Amino acid sequence: MTATVDPALLADARRERRFFLSLSLPALFIVGLAAILPILWIIRQSFLTTGGEYTVGNYAKVLSSGLTWSALVTTLELSLGTLAICIVLGTPLALALASARPRVANLLMAFVMLPLWTAILVRTYGWLVLLRRDGLVNAALTGSGLTAEPLPLVYNFTGTLIGMVHYMLPIFLLPVYAAMRDIDPNLVRAAASMGATLGQVIRTVIMPLSAGGIFSGSVIVLIYSIGFFITPAVLGGGKVNPLSTRIERALSTFQDWGSASVLGILLLVLMALIGVMLLAARRLLAQDAVAAAHA
Amino acid sequence: MTSLPITIDSVSKAYGSYVALDDVSLDIQAGEFLTLLGPSGSGKTTLLMALAGFVRPDSGKLLLGDRDITRLAPNKRDIGIVFQNYALFPHMNVLANVAYPLALRKTPRAEARQRALATLARVKLDGLAERNIAALSGGQRQRVALARAIVFEPRVMLMDEPLSALDKNLRETMQYEIRRLHDDLGITTIYVTHDQREALIMSDRIAVMNSGRIQQIDTPQRIYDRPSTRFVAEFMGEANIVAPGSVRRIDGAEASGETLMIRAESFHLDAELVGADGVALEGTLRAKAFRGENWLLTLALDGGQEVLVCIPAALAGGCAELAAGQRMTAYAPAAKVHAIPGALA
Repeated sequence: MTATVDPALLADARRERRFFLSLSLPALFIVGLAAILPILWIIRQSFLTTGGEYTVGNYAKVLSSGLTWSALVTTLELSLGTLAICIVLGTPLALALASARPRVANLLMAFVMLPLWTAILVRTYGWLVLLRRDGLVNAALTGSGLTAEPLPLVYNFTGTLIGMVHYMLPIFLLPVYAAMRDIDPNLVRAAASMGATLGQVIRTVIMPLSAGGIFSGSVIVLIYSIGFFITPAVLGGGKVNPLSTRIERALSTFQDWGSASVLGILLLVLMALIGVMLLAARRLLAQDAVAAAHA
Repeated sequence: MTSLPITIDSVSKAYGSYVALDDVSLDIQAGEFLTLLGPSGSGKTTLLMALAGFVRPDSGKLLLGDRDITRLAPNKRDIGIVFQNYALFPHMNVLANVAYPLALRKTPRAEARQRALATLARVKLDGLAERNIAALSGGQRQRVALARAIVFEPRVMLMDEPLSALDKNLRETMQYEIRRLHDDLGITTIYVTHDQREALIMSDRIAVMNSGRIQQIDTPQRIYDRPSTRFVAEFMGEANIVAPGSVRRIDGAEASGETLMIRAESFHLDAELVGADGVALEGTLRAKAFRGENWLLTLALDGGQEVLVCIPAALAGGCAELAAGQRMTAYAPAAKVHAIPGALA
């Protein structure tokens, strides 16, 4: 025997669902206004001449320019370099934080987070003070006799990379640290009791279980660094020109909205491509996890 | 496999001012099933974790056979551990979990697989080898944890409240199965629990712990019938600690001058069922409760002390008619009356 559902109760349930869905409306509205509309507008701009007529000339001009492709390469070098250094520096750091006693971990975490509470421009100029020819780092290096000449640490690719890593590292660290802290310490103990060395524990238990966090961190780092502007502009000294500085130049120097829009679309496509590649990589990682136990 | 005896020699561990282990010494024989029993905070898990190598004692020695393992790294101790929450690897399937210790030992893949499957069959998990851990029930996870702890043939097995997350029926089944597995393998086992029934059912010997010390170590029967302290008496079951003055001998002879322990279920309401050398306690019925297999009567002795009297339902014909406030006498046979040396401790 099935009881008939009281329509009044059914309506209540529906009303409740609708209420909770409606809570997302303000956010949806803002996303629509601040993200989707501008993108549509950029796409439209990319097909218009400065006079306002339809053209594909902007694409032809931008895509045939060697500067665009070198900017694309610079963008990729900067973001992948930043990501690589973040993974190499951040993963062990996250592991150290996650295995430290809570009080120590909180203190270390405060230090790691400190840069995030400082304005990016201040930090970037801070690096300038540290890294330039007569800066603190070079003074220490030459003063101690480690190097005869000051090293070219800023106004180049190295300086830009240092500034970007400094900005991205805490952001990368957060999801990785969260994933590692969530690992049941008994899993580590269990692995050790069965004979696993520390290296084996890290490889077969900790890394597979924090892969999700490393993945999230990597996505955030890539998406941020593909569009990075201030750091290359200040620390690159005009020699490091990723797509973002090209866009800025197209606008401020040439008032060329068409080219700037094409470059912007190029950035979007790049992000989408990297997103798809990362998703594929994650699927592979998940498949490997079981096999890794036997490796 | 050859199992090894374990020697715990004057092990102490303090966390700040809190003493977790207070000069604990214990010898466990090869192949023995020993249970560490005690309330939470009694030090039993700390002792187990010290044996496993995850807690570093402040002083004392731990020996596996005649080898000192006090400072040996956990991964070199060759000890199988079953954790309270099972600690199964969520990113590996059942087979990979069980084969994990073999893979660490560079066992050839085919042999590892075959041994893991054989161990899974041993814990009655045939056919679940390819399952994900998330798709297993609590009881199945428990079995995977067991299989993983024995597959590499460790010389000692440690179990930390392995059944506490299971429901009652499953827990009872697993108690017998773990004990049977132990008997088949003959592996020295230290089992931690706070459940006194579980300890009684499973163990060769029980070490009762309280406040970081071992109160008594003995066979389940002797721990139950002949507790050496008031704590052990009361922790092991419904115990009445009776002052000498409240008890008289049935035959009128001089009653013992010691403090006595009489278990609630040792009482009869009929003097005929108790020998002449038994004891009698007189008082007023305070309360009664029907508990299915028995009746629990609360008797207020004339001195004011309350005594629990447990009468099996099969023998308790008149219990239903008893009324609170009525005078009555409970009798216990001499064999069930135990003098506690350190009774007031």
